[in-house]
Amino acid sequence: MSPAIRVVGVTKRFRSLQALAGVDLEVAQGEFFGLLGPNGAGKTTLISSLAGLARPDSGTLEVMGHDVVRDYRAARMALGVVPQELVFDPFFTVREMLRLQSGYFGLRNNDDWIDEILHHLDLTSKANANMRMLSGGMKRRALVAQALVHRPPVIVLDEPTAGVDVELRQGLWQFIRKLNRDGHTIVLTTHYLEEAETLCGRIAMLKAGRIVALDTTANLLQRFACRALTLKLAAPVVLPPMLASRASKQDGVELAFGFDRFDEVADILVGIKSAGGAIVDMALGTPDMEQVFVGIMNQN
Amino acid sequence: MEGFKTLLYKECLRFWKVGFQTVLSPVLTAVLYLLIFGHVLEDHVQPYPGVSYTAFLVPGLVMMTVLQNAFANSSSSLIQSKITGNIVFVLLPPISYREFYIAYVIAAVLRGAMCGLGVLLVSLPFVSFSIAEPVWILAFTLLGGAFLASLGVIAGIWADKFDQLAAFQNFLIMPLTMLSGVFYSIHSLPAFWQGVSHFNPFFFMIDGFRYGFFGVSDVSPWTSIGVVTVCFVVLAVITLQMLARGYKLRA
Repeated sequence: MSPAIRVVGVTKRFRSLQALAGVDLEVAQGEFFGLLGPNGAGKTTLISSLAGLARPDSGTLEVMGHDVVRDYRAARMALGVVPQELVFDPFFTVREMLRLQSGYFGLRNNDDWIDEILHHLDLTSKANANMRMLSGGMKRRALVAQALVHRPPVIVLDEPTAGVDVELRQGLWQFIRKLNRDGHTIVLTTHYLEEAETLCGRIAMLKAGRIVALDTTANLLQRFACRALTLKLAAPVVLPPMLASRASKQDGVELAFGFDRFDEVADILVGIKSAGGAIVDMALGTPDMEQVFVGIMNQN
Repeated sequence: MEGFKTLLYKECLRFWKVGFQTVLSPVLTAVLYLLIFGHVLEDHVQPYPGVSYTAFLVPGLVMMTVLQNAFANSSSSLIQSKITGNIVFVLLPPISYREFYIAYVIAAVLRGAMCGLGVLLVSLPFVSFSIAEPVWILAFTLLGGAFLASLGVIAGIWADKFDQLAAFQNFLIMPLTMLSGVFYSIHSLPAFWQGVSHFNPFFFMIDGFRYGFFGVSDVSPWTSIGVVTVCFVVLAVITLQMLARGYKLRA
C-alpha cells in the first residue's frame, strides 16, 4: 500500500530565503498527522508543493502514490486542501461555490454530499447566502467544505481553526475525526499545540525548512518533555545546593522542579524535609506539546 | 473535461451576475459614441461611396466593444482572483493549463460578442445597412476577441495590482483601439499615419470586421485575417508558455 503522502528530498528557495532545505517525509494512509513549526518554517510551502501551488526546485512529492507533477490529475483528485488564508469568491453563494468546486473535480449532481458536508459543518442555513455575508468562522468552515467536495482520501488543513470560536472548533474537530475514522488521512498544521497533541498520532516539526523532529506524539512527549513538580511551603527554607540547582523556580514559599523519572520526586521531597521545609500544597504537571515544541526549537 | 466546462460556466456566470457593469454599461458607452459622432459628422464625412458615416461607424464601434470587453473579462477576472486569493480554487483541481486558457478565452470572447451584439441591436433604429459577408464578421469576432482575451490573460497574470492593469488598459489597449480606424477610414489620414496604422493589429481587426458589413475595406480581408491569425497564434503560444511554467500563479 503506497503512503498517503511521500516527500523525498524537496528543496525550495524564494530568492534569498531557503523555504525548504531537503525535506523527507512519509505519512501512512489513515494517519492523523501534525505538521508543526514557527512562522516561516516552511509548512505552507510544503503544503503548496504537495497541492501544485508551488513548484519545488528539487525532489519529488506523491499523494496516494501519484507524482504531483507527472501525474498531477490523479494526485490532485486525491488531495483536499484547506488554505490558511480566508479566501472566497464574492460572486457566489455557498452552494454555488460548492457546486462549482465539485465540477472542477469532475463531479456533477453532487448535492447529496454537499448537503451532508453543510450539515456537519453547521452551514445548512447559510447554503444560499453569498460568501461575503458569512462571518469569519463560517467562511473558514466553508473553506473546509470546499476541500471536501470531491471526498479526497487525503485532507490537508493549514491552520483550520484560526479565528474559529471554541464551540465551532469542537464541532469541526468532531467532523474531521469522523472523516479520519472513515479512513481519510488528515494532515494538520496549527499553532494551537494542544490541538495537535490531542488529535495527531504522529507529529513532524519543521524549522527553517528542515524537519527537526518526527515521531509519534506519545514518544515526543516522552522524549522531550520533562514533568514538573510544584510545591508550596509553610515558610521559606534554604535549600541544600544539590536541590537548589535543580529548582526551576524558587519564589519564597513556592518552588518548582523538573524531573524525568517519578523516583526523583521522592529524592526532592526528602531533600526539602531535611532542610526543614513543611509542604502545604503539591501538584504534578504532566508534559505538554508546548514544552516539547519550545524544547525542540531551542535545541535546533 | 467536466472541470473545463465548469470553469467556463463559472467565468460566464461571473460576468453575467454583474451584467449591468459588464454588458449593459459598455453597450451604453458605444451608443453614446454613435449618437454624438454620428450627429456631428454624418453630413461631413462619407468614408466609402454609398455608405453614410453613421453606418460606417456602427461596425467599428461593435468591434471596438467586442475587443475591449474580451480584454476586460479575462484580465479583470484573473486579477480579482489573484488579489482576493480565490485563484487557488481553480489551481487546486485537476484542470490542465490548456483547459484553463481555453475556458478564460471562450468566456471572454462570449462577453465581447454579447456586448458587440448589444451595440449592433441598439444601433439598428439609427441606421440601416445590410450584412454583405457574415462569415467574415464571425471570423473577425472570434479571432479578434480571442486575441484580446489572450492579451487579457497575460495582463491579468502579469499585473500585481489593479493600477498596473489599468495602465495596461489605458496606455495600450485604449489607444490602439481608438487609433485603429473605428471612427475614420485610414485613407483619410496622411500617408505617414496610414503607414503607421499598418503596424496596429487592431486596425486589421476593425477593417476586416467592417468588410463583413459593406464588402469594402481599406485593405484586403485576406490580409487582415492573416495578420490577426498570426497575432493570435503568437499571443496564444506566449500565454500557454506562461501558464505551463506557472508564471506568477504557481510560485
